[in-house]
Amino acid sequence: MKILEINHMKKSFDDLEVIKDISLSVNEGEVLSIIGPSGSGKSTVLRCATMLEKMDGGELIYLGEHAAEMNNEGRSVYASKKDLKRIHKHFGLVFQSFNLFPHYSVLKNIIDAPMSVDKISRKEAEERAMALLKKLGLEDKKDAYPFQLSGGQQQRVSIARALALQPKILFFDEPTSALDPELTGEVLKVIKELAQDNMTMIIVTHEMQFAKELSDRIIFMEDGVIQGEGTPEDIFNTENERIKDFIGKFAG
Amino acid sequence: MEFSFMLMQLGKGFLATVQVFALTLIFSLPLGLLISFGRMSKIFPVRLITKFYISVMRGTPLMLQLIVVYFAPFYVFGLQLPRSYRFTAVIVAFVLNYAAYFAEIYRSGIESMPVGQYEAAKVLGYNKGQTFFKIILPQVIKRVLPPVTNETITLVKDTSLAFVLSVVEMFTAAKQIAASETTIMPLMVAGLFYYIFNLVVALGMEQLEKKLNYYR
Repeated sequence: MKILEINHMKKSFDDLEVIKDISLSVNEGEVLSIIGPSGSGKSTVLRCATMLEKMDGGELIYLGEHAAEMNNEGRSVYASKKDLKRIHKHFGLVFQSFNLFPHYSVLKNIIDAPMSVDKISRKEAEERAMALLKKLGLEDKKDAYPFQLSGGQQQRVSIARALALQPKILFFDEPTSALDPELTGEVLKVIKELAQDNMTMIIVTHEMQFAKELSDRIIFMEDGVIQGEGTPEDIFNTENERIKDFIGKFAG
Repeated sequence: MEFSFMLMQLGKGFLATVQVFALTLIFSLPLGLLISFGRMSKIFPVRLITKFYISVMRGTPLMLQLIVVYFAPFYVFGLQLPRSYRFTAVIVAFVLNYAAYFAEIYRSGIESMPVGQYEAAKVLGYNKGQTFFKIILPQVIKRVLPPVTNETITLVKDTSLAFVLSVVEMFTAAKQIAASETTIMPLMVAGLFYYIFNLVVALGMEQLEKKLNYYR
């Protein structure tokens, strides 16, 4: 079953065409990594898919439901507010800079959205949160405030916060770019565990080795288009000079 | 004149001072938030009007504003208002003036919030009201507390301007006694009252700041 389908996504900022024509889809339980140089538009794809940005053209479909349809000219036409609110529940996003709420404790960061958005009881929200914290090895941090945590811990809390809403697909926007190498490992480990639990994920990353190990599929993006797509073996053994060159820079 | 009698007179004036102070804060703090929304509105005319309002309130003497609020109903609308309107006029003028200052303080606080906080809230499904009142406003309050303390302390001293409309607050009372008894003693005592009042205000605000220091 297709969790996400993007067809002919286009996005410009003023005169700058950031995404030229991107189509991709993700099946249930699949892990898709998007790699590519800075400015290639990969983060913008995530921002459009999570509706932080409105795309100019193309379709956006979650579990068969249209968040945006294309009109005759290929322009995006978004669904009604009510429909979008429902579609919103299908996905979660983990930011590069965590964006935890600093005035909320770890526990409150995780339970507040389920309680005030999904209207579940405090008891249920706390049970859910504690199970997640336990899984992510942060049980003892439930009463801490974000500023008291390391970057790696903050990122794990933000993953728990996203998971607490039980999304069907989780997006990661360079989840380890703000972390030093020592802390990167603990976050990657958590994402790997999620992959083992068959969580559907799209990960924008610069961690090549990680993408190679974890992904079912990798997309290489440059200049707002998909330059290459395939299994990790396909991408890492490609004959495409540009992709070879890019991956080579990271490898060595 | 007995010293105790003077203290009693000043004490009565002090009550009026506290009233003006408290009522002004109670109304201008929320009104300022509303005005800051107007100042940041996406609708151009709303933005323009609030910007003009703020510039007039900050750009003309509060004393003049007191006079305008008091006399406008009569000169503009021909309304005959009772004498008790004086006190109302003082409160209205103070609230209108202070709300303008508070609006700019709120705006600076709101605009300093990182966009990531809004984006995180949006992706988690919070609606606009929830985002503002649960996520943004509590953090803004922490950020704007020092400048709000400044304004609040200025307000304590500004209450003395109520004399323009013959509302007898502490400073007016002190002046009257000083004139009739030809001594500056009452003015000095009034000064001490203001100082102590502000000490209490500053202490209270410091406590509030400490209380909000549980996060960074």
